[in-house]
Amino acid sequence: MNFPEDLKYSKEHEWVRINGNMATIGITDYAQDQLGEVVFVELPAEGEELQKNDTFGVVESVKSVSDVFSPLSGKVIEVNDPLSDTPETVNEDPYGEGWLVKVEVTNPKELGTLMSAEHYQAFIKEES
Amino acid sequence: MRYLPHTEEEIRSMLQAIGVNTIESLFESIPKRDRLAGPLKLPPPLNEIELRQLLREISRKNAHGEEWASFLGGGAYSHYIPSAASHLIQRGEFLTAYTPYQPEVSQGTLQAIFEFQTMAAEILGMEIANASNYDGSTATAEAVLMALRLNERPKVLIGRSIHPEYRAVIETYLNNQRVQIETIPFGPEGTLDRNFLKRNIDDKTACVVAATPNFFGVVDDVTDVAENAHQHGALLITTTSEPLAFGLFRSPGEMGADIAVAEGQSFGNPVSLGGPSLGLFATLKKHARSVPGRLVGETTDQEGKRGFVLTLSTREQHIRRERATSNICTNVSLCALAATITLSLWGKQGFQKLAQTNYQNALELRERIKKIANLSSPFESTHFNEFVIRLPKVTSGVLKKLQKEKILGGVPLDALYPELENSLLICTTEMNSDDDRDRLVRALENL
Repeated sequence: MNFPEDLKYSKEHEWVRINGNMATIGITDYAQDQLGEVVFVELPAEGEELQKNDTFGVVESVKSVSDVFSPLSGKVIEVNDPLSDTPETVNEDPYGEGWLVKVEVTNPKELGTLMSAEHYQAFIKEES
Repeated sequence: MRYLPHTEEEIRSMLQAIGVNTIESLFESIPKRDRLAGPLKLPPPLNEIELRQLLREISRKNAHGEEWASFLGGGAYSHYIPSAASHLIQRGEFLTAYTPYQPEVSQGTLQAIFEFQTMAAEILGMEIANASNYDGSTATAEAVLMALRLNERPKVLIGRSIHPEYRAVIETYLNNQRVQIETIPFGPEGTLDRNFLKRNIDDKTACVVAATPNFFGVVDDVTDVAENAHQHGALLITTTSEPLAFGLFRSPGEMGADIAVAEGQSFGNPVSLGGPSLGLFATLKKHARSVPGRLVGETTDQEGKRGFVLTLSTREQHIRRERATSNICTNVSLCALAATITLSLWGKQGFQKLAQTNYQNALELRERIKKIANLSSPFESTHFNEFVIRLPKVTSGVLKKLQKEKILGGVPLDALYPELENSLLICTTEMNSDDDRDRLVRALENL
């Protein structure tokens, strides 16, 4: 399992990569492993306003369907369209090509509520 | 399974185990005045012979279909059911409430459902169909909910010419949702009022619900309605209670429908006091994930052998709970099986021939009735096996007169459509003989 040090993590197993006031969001290596083979990803529309903890999408695997919760408030600037044809990218490259959305952060303070890689690893150990 | 009621002793020990003295005390949360005081007032038990006699006596109070000439349609249709279908659905392997979650022990049931879906999709001219809905009305309401999922807009347009009870069910389903329902009237030909539609459809419209054949038996080619809807980014839902018509007329898919639903009772299910029946639900493959209810798919096992499984179950309520595509998607497998067997026995050509017969019989009967003085038939359109007749007097009186001659003359429209007062909806299928139709015509002539 891989948990890059430069990312922030949420209790809902999403990761956030911050770049200025832009945040890229995806699901963690642990989440994709738990889900199993991803067969479908449903993403929001560009321009949609997200509040922290809103469900903004759905990731469906061969054994379950999970809602994806927004770790931050912000406006959706870009969605990873190719996932509609190749949802398995979420399994293969969760932190890279398997990203879900890019949002313009509206409340940078919320970043403080997210975990570091180390924290997150301790959190999933506790969960399992 | 043995059916042995509990003994007094067992009841006592169970009550003791849960720490109460009487069964009555378990119902204390219900006010005393609402509880039954003492046992039900039932006659003494009967043996099997006596019971059969009693039921026969009660049954004699019914008017039996065989002795009457029935021209009732309006959503439920009397069609011939092959004996093989009635026999096969009673086989124990099929006659079960078990859901085929375990494909390794349910291949027969799953394949039967798969064949059903294939036929439903073919008849409606669509790419995929579900395992069936409870009936035509709920299938129509579920189609509207699906359109609202695909198209989050605040308005739906519903034809006044769809079955009024289907309309009522849609209204019930949408009761607590922030959705505005607008009714599209029907024009002088009994078809959807195109001008009204053009004026009222807009970018806030999620879907248009149109019926063909509609409640008046009018075949309404809605190709232009589909185009109009699509121009505004709205979906077209077609519904009908008589999909046998698609053996002769263009299917919803050919007309450009996005979701096509129907009541499937005509296929192998009797007109049995209005039920039970089944809903057909079909759509395009790209909407597969938004379909309510169960879907069976064909796949291969590890050895490459063909097999059938429940597929895309992750949308369903046992997994998605309140976020499922539907929480009221009852599948009526036995009725769907009766439909599957019946359709396979009819075959494609039989299906077309039966549609042709139904169309022809109604066409001729309508022409004969129209020639009777003081009677008219308001909608000059193509009809499938039913049509509206306007009477010179109150329908209830006319129906009573016909009943004296053992004729069920049709469905009175006064209460359903006040604007069509003194009107009857008359239906004729292959189950009416020429003699039945002659009797009806004579009786109407003698009014």
